[in-house]
Amino acid sequence: MRDVAVISFAQTPMRRRVEELNEVEMLMPAIHDALRQVDMTIDDIGFTCSGSTDYLAGTAFSFVSTLDGVGPWPPIQESHVEMDGAWALYEAWVKLQIGEIDTALVYGYAKSSPGDLPMVLTRQLDPITMGPLWPDSVSMAALQARSLLDAGKATEEQFAEVAARSRRDALDNPNAQLAWDRSVADVLAEDYLVAPLRRSDCAPITDGAAAIVLAAGDVARSKVTRPAWIRGIDHRVEPIHLGLRDLTVSESTRIAAEKAGVADGPVDVAELHAPFTSQELILAEALGLGAETTINPSGGALSANAMMTAGLIRIGEVANRISSGDANRGVAHATSGPCLQQNLVCVLEGES
Amino acid sequence: MADARQITLPASLRGVEPVRSVRTPAQLDYEFTAGDANTRFLRGITQKRIIGQKAPGGRVYVPPRGADPELGQPTPIEVEVAQVGTVTSFCVVNLQFYGSVMEIPYVSALILLDGADLSVMHLIQEIPADQVRIGMRVEAVWRDDEDLEPTMESIKWFRPTGEPDDVDVRIPGEDHGTGLGSWPGGVAPTEALIRNPRTGEGGER
Repeated sequence: MRDVAVISFAQTPMRRRVEELNEVEMLMPAIHDALRQVDMTIDDIGFTCSGSTDYLAGTAFSFVSTLDGVGPWPPIQESHVEMDGAWALYEAWVKLQIGEIDTALVYGYAKSSPGDLPMVLTRQLDPITMGPLWPDSVSMAALQARSLLDAGKATEEQFAEVAARSRRDALDNPNAQLAWDRSVADVLAEDYLVAPLRRSDCAPITDGAAAIVLAAGDVARSKVTRPAWIRGIDHRVEPIHLGLRDLTVSESTRIAAEKAGVADGPVDVAELHAPFTSQELILAEALGLGAETTINPSGGALSANAMMTAGLIRIGEVANRISSGDANRGVAHATSGPCLQQNLVCVLEGES
Repeated sequence: MADARQITLPASLRGVEPVRSVRTPAQLDYEFTAGDANTRFLRGITQKRIIGQKAPGGRVYVPPRGADPELGQPTPIEVEVAQVGTVTSFCVVNLQFYGSVMEIPYVSALILLDGADLSVMHLIQEIPADQVRIGMRVEAVWRDDEDLEPTMESIKWFRPTGEPDDVDVRIPGEDHGTGLGSWPGGVAPTEALIRNPRTGEGGER
């Protein structure tokens, strides 16, 4: 396997609404910042890959417009996934493995604010038997949380602990949208939003963008002192029908973690893309994380959850902690679809 | 694909009329915002001014989208362009499209406004459709002042100015060194023929 590293990561401040900018205007600072950090321009990039979806802003072929922010002239090698940017990173990683290019630019972005996100997300369900029922994303997650409680695998107190810890950690994250310091008891005193989930159990709705630069081998070493090497990366998907799945576990995450080699060494830090507190508990178990692992020091998706972006940010957050020397080995996770349907696991490591 | 006739149905479904269509209407409402570049452009339209935008060292884009696709940079510099321009291409529409109030046949055209580097698309009226031609000089016809709104529809259409045709009109982009619309020496454009606007490399002219 060819050595490929994250050498740069940038994100825009995560906000509930970015009304004064269109998508490319919102995205450009993240792209420019990621390139600038490693003294590169688009002319130094071998492949560009992005993650977004037209459904969020209601703009057809939105990704073609946002490509203008890259400067795709003369025509560049480019691809797009209708998924989180973490999957765009996976595609770029595969391209780097082939060996014809040494660098890649990856980005994800979303403006969810123009639409009604929980309703928009129903459009990813089976269009004949589920879509017409318009089951919103919070209700779907609540079905999963209820299964978890009923199976005796978690308690509402544990949900609240995740909620409180994430927002407290987010106080140290300048890009976080939601950060506060409140007690677990205070969270438990909230009314249910969709029982058994309270508002604090849910991620906020976010507009934002992020970008990452990948580089192979010596190119990565020449650009940064401590590249965050991708030691393993894998993604798996489960059936679209919830009735076919045991919602209290994440089998796709477990297999992806095994393939990516999560258990091959100690995990100092893990950034999990869990838009609901209950999902973090499921993911931590599927990944086999123990007490030695710091989970979501950035505040995670519970502090900002830009669609198509929050998974990519998880990779960036782990990479930053490795490059800074705060961690030596970490795991980043991204999810897509209802109730953790599809999951990507990436193991990152510094060079000693 | 399997032939549906070969599928063995369970007894309960034999002889039952298949469901041939399902109606599942879906509607999503969006509150779309124009963004910075389009807001500035559309504010100009409400004052009967057509204001393009450019990045430092870049081309003048009308309408602006917020990013210069050659440089990959924002376009903060505003440049007012003329309300007259040249038809660079057109088509004659003979179909009644859903939602269209236009009387057929009508002409949609790409119009390169004087001072702009990008054509706008708009209607050509006040001339029979079969007399519209590339190179024809046209001018904007605005709505009445009290009806001006931040929309391209504030320009009702373009009409001939009566000036002599600009027979040398170039398709915007042709001078990017791409050979788009003209293969230099009959040779297809290759990477070497494409000028990189950031580095200045390539692009045999």
